[in-house]
Amino acid sequence: MSVELIGYGAFFLTMALTYAIIALGLNVQWGQTGLFNVGIAGFVAIGAYASALLTTPDDPARVGGFGLPIVVGWIGGALAASVASFLIGALTIRLRADYLAIATFGVAVVVQLCALNLEWLTGGPFGIGFIPRPFAELAGDPLLFSLLNLAILVATVAATYLLLERLARSPWGRVLRAIREDEQAALALGKSATKFRLQAFALGGGIMGLAGAAQAHFIGFIAPENYIPMLTFQVWAMLIVGGSGNNRGAILGAVLVWGIWAGSAGAISALFPPGEQARAAALQIVMIGVALCAILLFRPRGILGEERVVSRHLGKLSARPNAPATPQAQEGTSNVQNT
Amino acid sequence: MNPQVIMDGLVAGSMIGLGAVGITLTYSILRFANFAHGELISWGAYLALAVAGLLGSLAGGLTTPIGPFSFGWAVPIAAIAAVALNGGLALLIDWLLFGRLRRQRSTIIILVMASFGAALTLRSLLEFIFTSNPAYYSKALQIAMPLGGGIRATPDQLLSLGVATVLVVAVHLLLTRTAIGRSMRAVSENPQLSGVVGIEVRQVIRVVWLLGAGLAAVAGVTAGLLVQIRPQMGFDLLLPLFAASILGGIGSVPGAMIAGLIVGFSEALAVQLIGAEWRAAVAFVVLVAVLLLRPQGLFGRAE
Repeated sequence: MSVELIGYGAFFLTMALTYAIIALGLNVQWGQTGLFNVGIAGFVAIGAYASALLTTPDDPARVGGFGLPIVVGWIGGALAASVASFLIGALTIRLRADYLAIATFGVAVVVQLCALNLEWLTGGPFGIGFIPRPFAELAGDPLLFSLLNLAILVATVAATYLLLERLARSPWGRVLRAIREDEQAALALGKSATKFRLQAFALGGGIMGLAGAAQAHFIGFIAPENYIPMLTFQVWAMLIVGGSGNNRGAILGAVLVWGIWAGSAGAISALFPPGEQARAAALQIVMIGVALCAILLFRPRGILGEERVVSRHLGKLSARPNAPATPQAQEGTSNVQNT
Repeated sequence: MNPQVIMDGLVAGSMIGLGAVGITLTYSILRFANFAHGELISWGAYLALAVAGLLGSLAGGLTTPIGPFSFGWAVPIAAIAAVALNGGLALLIDWLLFGRLRRQRSTIIILVMASFGAALTLRSLLEFIFTSNPAYYSKALQIAMPLGGGIRATPDQLLSLGVATVLVVAVHLLLTRTAIGRSMRAVSENPQLSGVVGIEVRQVIRVVWLLGAGLAAVAGVTAGLLVQIRPQMGFDLLLPLFAASILGGIGSVPGAMIAGLIVGFSEALAVQLIGAEWRAAVAFVVLVAVLLLRPQGLFGRAE
């Protein structure tokens, strides 16, 4: 019993952590840079398909199946999504915020269309199966297998988190926030807003691609309907719930929202007769939609709110007793969403 | 090339145009891209379906087809009811969600995101109430009549074209010739200033929702007549709607209609040239092309 419980817990957390990686990617784009990406599902799909193509065994029905190691697949997935985001960003990043939203929404539609119709590449509606799973040779011991998979995801999330925290505190991260808060001022200081935005967009997209690859190898099978707009929506809910602009918020939000999602799915399968479950699943989506609107209305900063990140030089100043600069400086970097 | 493309393009384009007029109005006056507008189209179609079903069960005579059309009097009556009900729905959403966010002075992006949430809620509610199986106003089959030049059209298609034309002319006249139309244009130019000079901005916002949702309901009913009614129908139209409203120039009603026709024609052409499975990508290509070449659209002014 308890073994099953641990197994389920590990499975749940692994899944939640793949979402946490996507949310971390979105936090680079939206939380730190203010780029409104409504095409998350598309970038995740690119990563998943790229990794699947690189690592699956040869398949006469489509291109590739190169049988490469999983690590190569993950890196390839992240790179492919990053390059795709760079190209899409180069086209659209100068647009007004809501035009960017519409354009990225279109990207997701097109990516899903390609996944569905380019059968020679993606397997079409049937998707790609037999994606190698990490530690497959240990599948005989389900508990060990799922714990090891969880460990990989924990390590990946931790590494991504540490990298992003470091970047957020670096001069690069501060320029991003400066551009988000006051583009004119940043331009006046000689920072090319477009260039920095594009870098952040590509980095965030690459992280989403990495998450897509991780998910694909964890589940072992991908198909176009994994990457419907619902995915985009869930990740947005995760970041907003946790607190955008905050990497820990992204992870917390992912685990929390995925928990509510999985829990409500369980409740539905327990409460409704099998014939009514498709209907009840629609109700589950209604709930997520209402919850997101409610959070935007009542707590737009999320649970943790934006983390105040100031230069470590300012931190040194504040350590001195009579330093006057810090309160104003912190005020200046606080959340803009409510203004 | 098959000349039937012209008819297919006109029919699809007038439907896209009607929805795009609604999007362009809400965009220019409420100042955000409403991702829930597609769902207003679906809701319009389903509201009409429910009313038509009710009318049909009350008086069976209302379902006998009128003249050459596939539907009985129940459908046009239901369509008018759906326009009113859909307007009420839009006002309700504004009261519950967007109005509150406006008062909190939320950024545009928060409004867009909220519209994203509203869209998902509205679509899934439809799926819950009506299930995801396709529905029809009438099971009657229509024979397409030859119109000459190798073009064929069903009476339903011709009717929907006529209705779309009349409505767009009416909205254009409303905007250019009436007091409320002038107020709407003033608010879209400068909301603060129009508030100062005594224009009831809240009144204008209500009219915009009523107009947008009403046009969406008509678009939904025509889409339901010509294709089929599904909870996804409005969502699938969303990208073409955005493409048309940006191509037409935000705020321009004739622009949205003409751009709707352009998107419709492009889709019809793509279906003939490269295959129906790529139809959804056409709107994206149009969209990216406009954003790159002429972001202010055909009839818009540079910002």
